[in-house]
Amino acid sequence: MALRRFGIIAAVLWGAATITFVAVKAIPGDPVAILTGGENVVDAAEREALVRQFGLDQPLPVQYLRYIGQALRGDFGDSYQYRQPVLEVIGEAAGPTLQLAGTAMALALGLAFVSALATAGRRKGLRTVLAGLELAVLSTPVYWVGLLLLTVFSFYLGWFPIIGGEGIHALILPAIALCLPLAALLAQVLRDGLEEALLQPFALTVRTRGVSETQLRLRHALRHAALAVSTLTGTLFAGVLAGSILTETVFGRAGVGQITLQAIKTRDMPLLLGLVMLSALVSVLINLAVDALYLLIDPRLRRAAR
Amino acid sequence: MSQALDIVARVRIGNRAGNPWRAPGLVIPLAFVLLLLAAVALPHWFTALAPDAVDTDAILLPPGPAHWFGTDQLGRDVFTRVVYGASQSLGIGIGATLIGCAGGVVLGTAAGLTPPVLQRLLVRLIDILLAFPEILLALLLIAVLGRGPTNTLLAVGLSSIAGYARLVRSQVLRVWQSGYVEHAVSLGESTPAIIARHVVPNAVRPLVVLATIGVGNAVLSASALSFIGLGVVPPAAEWGALLADGRNFLDTAPWISFLPATVVAVSVIAITILGRRLQLLLSHGSVP
Amino acid sequence: MNVQLVGRQDLTLAAPASRGTILEVEDLHIAFPSRLGPREVVRGISFQIGAGEILAIVGESGSGKSVTARALVGLAGPGSQVHAKALRLADHDGEPRSLTGLSERQWSRIRGRKIGFVLQDALVSLDPLRTIGREVGEPLLTHGLLPRNEIGKEIETLLARVGIPDPAVRAAQYPHELSGGLRQRALIASALAARPRLLIADEPTTALDVTVQQQILGVFQALAKAGHGILLITHDLAVAAQLADRIAVMQNGELVETGPARAVLRDPRHEYTQRLLSAVPSAATRGRWLSTQGTRPAKPPQPERVEPILALRDIAVRFTRPDRSVTHAANGVSLHVHPGATLGIVGESGSGKTTIGKVALALRKPDAGEVLFRGHAWSQLSERQRRPLRRHIQTIVQDPLNSFDPRYTVERIIEQPLLLHTDLAKAERSARAQELIQLVNLPPDVLDRRPTALSGGQRQRVSIAQALASEPDLLICDEPVSALDVTTQAQVLDLLIALQHRLGLAMLFISHDLGVIRHMSDRIAVMKDGVIVETGPADDVFDAPKHDYTRRLLAAVPRL
Repeated sequence: MALRRFGIIAAVLWGAATITFVAVKAIPGDPVAILTGGENVVDAAEREALVRQFGLDQPLPVQYLRYIGQALRGDFGDSYQYRQPVLEVIGEAAGPTLQLAGTAMALALGLAFVSALATAGRRKGLRTVLAGLELAVLSTPVYWVGLLLLTVFSFYLGWFPIIGGEGIHALILPAIALCLPLAALLAQVLRDGLEEALLQPFALTVRTRGVSETQLRLRHALRHAALAVSTLTGTLFAGVLAGSILTETVFGRAGVGQITLQAIKTRDMPLLLGLVMLSALVSVLINLAVDALYLLIDPRLRRAAR
Repeated sequence: MSQALDIVARVRIGNRAGNPWRAPGLVIPLAFVLLLLAAVALPHWFTALAPDAVDTDAILLPPGPAHWFGTDQLGRDVFTRVVYGASQSLGIGIGATLIGCAGGVVLGTAAGLTPPVLQRLLVRLIDILLAFPEILLALLLIAVLGRGPTNTLLAVGLSSIAGYARLVRSQVLRVWQSGYVEHAVSLGESTPAIIARHVVPNAVRPLVVLATIGVGNAVLSASALSFIGLGVVPPAAEWGALLADGRNFLDTAPWISFLPATVVAVSVIAITILGRRLQLLLSHGSVP
Repeated sequence: MNVQLVGRQDLTLAAPASRGTILEVEDLHIAFPSRLGPREVVRGISFQIGAGEILAIVGESGSGKSVTARALVGLAGPGSQVHAKALRLADHDGEPRSLTGLSERQWSRIRGRKIGFVLQDALVSLDPLRTIGREVGEPLLTHGLLPRNEIGKEIETLLARVGIPDPAVRAAQYPHELSGGLRQRALIASALAARPRLLIADEPTTALDVTVQQQILGVFQALAKAGHGILLITHDLAVAAQLADRIAVMQNGELVETGPARAVLRDPRHEYTQRLLSAVPSAATRGRWLSTQGTRPAKPPQPERVEPILALRDIAVRFTRPDRSVTHAANGVSLHVHPGATLGIVGESGSGKTTIGKVALALRKPDAGEVLFRGHAWSQLSERQRRPLRRHIQTIVQDPLNSFDPRYTVERIIEQPLLLHTDLAKAERSARAQELIQLVNLPPDVLDRRPTALSGGQRQRVSIAQALASEPDLLICDEPVSALDVTTQAQVLDLLIALQHRLGLAMLFISHDLGVIRHMSDRIAVMKDGVIVETGPADDVFDAPKHDYTRRLLAAVPRL
């Protein structure tokens, strides 16, 4: 079973790598021109050296095999634009992004839990308001929320820096902008999961034991809702990534989003390849972790998995 | 993203009882969406100005009776640009959703009903595509195809296929294993008839609702691409491009970004609510 | 500290010893809000339960019996309005306390502590994500009866008390790992944990096989003997007959008849009770209609020595489980169904009876053996060859909603086989659908509706009409009345028999209910673990069972 699973992961990653390679090779334009920032900037000898350095003189199948082989060893080559190993470039950018994403995720989880636990199957008025608000947030562009926050809190009130800035102070507005749609999504799923669990016959049994409504939610329903939420992680990961790119653009923050945009704009192929592969790897790993989490929460799956 | 759509479509907001036609939640969004469609078809009914008419006497004017949404750095009327932008934004949204759904139905049905070997291959393909977060796939496609309205449409549409395909496949399998398909066999219906009469209609039905909400989402994705400078490029009046245009004037003329963004948000909310109402109507159709 | 001491003192009482009335209900009304104002679902009922007494409230679905039970623990549901002249529960000291006008906090001190509640089917009534031990111990924890380190031991005592072997092992397992019977015992143990004097059991054995049901009924009997008062809510008159000291019959929110069990069953006063009793199929009901009590005409004589219409020879069906172990759903099964006759297959869950139905319908290919239908090698034909013959063999299942395309109206459902097997024009098909819907005693306006808008009995009639549309010779009925109330069941069974007489249908009738099987069948096959253990004429099998399992099965059936 474990072997089979490993094979599937390998197949998915290999497929992802191949698609990316094909896509990058399909990008029109002369790679050397991209490397040097324009047509005919360098003479023939220099051109020759660059072509050899980046292996562009090899036939495509050889380039492909070399790329796969190096990727297996975690080596994605040098970025054209930054002229340093791709992993280093990504590593440097990952810090601020992780900080932003982590803060936003924590905030989102907190908000979602409070909102869902308080309103699942009770407090009709508040529930309608919150659920409607969540739907509105989900339909609202992330960048608009960012712009709104910037306009109000930075321009008019002047509480936060407009662009860049250091430390916690600069983190607050971007984190809020990123966290809102995540919180809305989480809260909706969590509430739905809770309400579904509270309608199950076992919830009636628990109530007939004299267990309070809050205890019923915390001790029983929450686990069932967690199962519903864990199916969401792929969407959440995509949401965090897309949200980071937008939030970093709005707030002028450095991070993975920014280098991704740069990589596309400057056609920095090795960097682009590295970014795509890493995100595919992370999304596969997240799915794996979720499967494990499932087994941990739901005993009914354990025997089937064995 | 289609999973997020599914959630938006599924989750209950208020009371489900009552006549869904009569709810105010239907009339207001429906009116707004009709207004949007009117703006697509007949933009000149809404504004006498041209979307790219430069007026050097009216640069960066705040909103007022002459210019409802103010003017931008070239003196263009922002409201006019929003009205004319509707056709591009909605066109991209609808086109991308059609591509996503069509591709999803073909791939998903094939991955559910073809012989086992091919089926496994197609499922793996869907898995691989799903390993890319949708935005990354769209960006990669933009990198290959280049910018512009058509390519934005293609990028947003193609990147959503895998999500729709997974959904369609799970629906197809659910129906294929349902009691009424087995019963149809025992009645003596042939396999092609079963697929055409029972499997496809019942499997695709939930997609109608998701596609409606999907249009709103595609508008969002396209405008996001334009916003970061990789979708439709200025001076085109696409909504995301409009917003990106105004980013440099946030401190002096926030309305250039802010008001168009509000239109985007309200449009998407209206489309989403409409989709959910549609779902209520559909489910009331089968469960009166 | 104080609370704990009181709790422990209570626990030392092996069982509530004092005699007298435990629960007293006088003029109970329950209403729910609706668009047309409050709708009363329980209309002024009164009853009492004494220590050591079992009172059964018997009624069909919608009679208000379940909501009555729930109202007694303050859980009648959101928006419910509960009024009573008196609602008194004896405390552990024997003093009656009123249950009217309690706050949620006061109710939570009653629930579990003073009233234990047992629901149907422990697979869904116990939290599937928690161990048996934690579920059983929850009332102890909630009511603060024992310090945490003593709860484990008490849980084992409780599990042992309801007859669960190896309590320490079981306590660490999850609900899905236990058999249905053990699970139901664990559910009872959790209701008993905080030592309530009153136990309310809502259909506690409905999801269980008869042999397991028998054991669970035994647990309740023992609990009553130990002094608990028990309120049993059931649709099953026979269960009430076996267990209850007194029976209250409920219809449309009212108790139409209350009295000692024997008196109510032997000498029912109320018309509804009489109707209910006579609708229960059994040996005595063979040869009469269930819904009208009239004698039914004898079956038209069958020609002697005809070829069977359906024959199964040495059928074997194997399933491979995910863990690669192989189960035999059927092993060496041979059966014959003769034209115009009914063969009943009876067995408990997992006996393979449904698989046999699927094999007969050629929906599942047997791994060994062959099926002959009207002389064709039915199981060997390709589906293409089989298709034109399928009109002669039709099926009725337990839940017809599953077998109707959710987009179809009743008319389209009935026309489905007409489209496939006849070349009738549109108008002719419509006319035929009208005829068929009248044949199953439904009004013609049903044709325009969707099955979801019909009652369970109406749906089953629609599925019979659909099955008859292609004028079949053989009906495969798989638990066709198991989801229906007893009076509805009586009407559907009467309809099936009338149609059989009129149309000369043969039937393969699959059911877990021995009474239904006996009422319907000419011959009977008893299945267990994929094997037919006994087969013969219905009366022979029931009156002189040869196989040990048949005897055990018959002994386990509660009798009126």
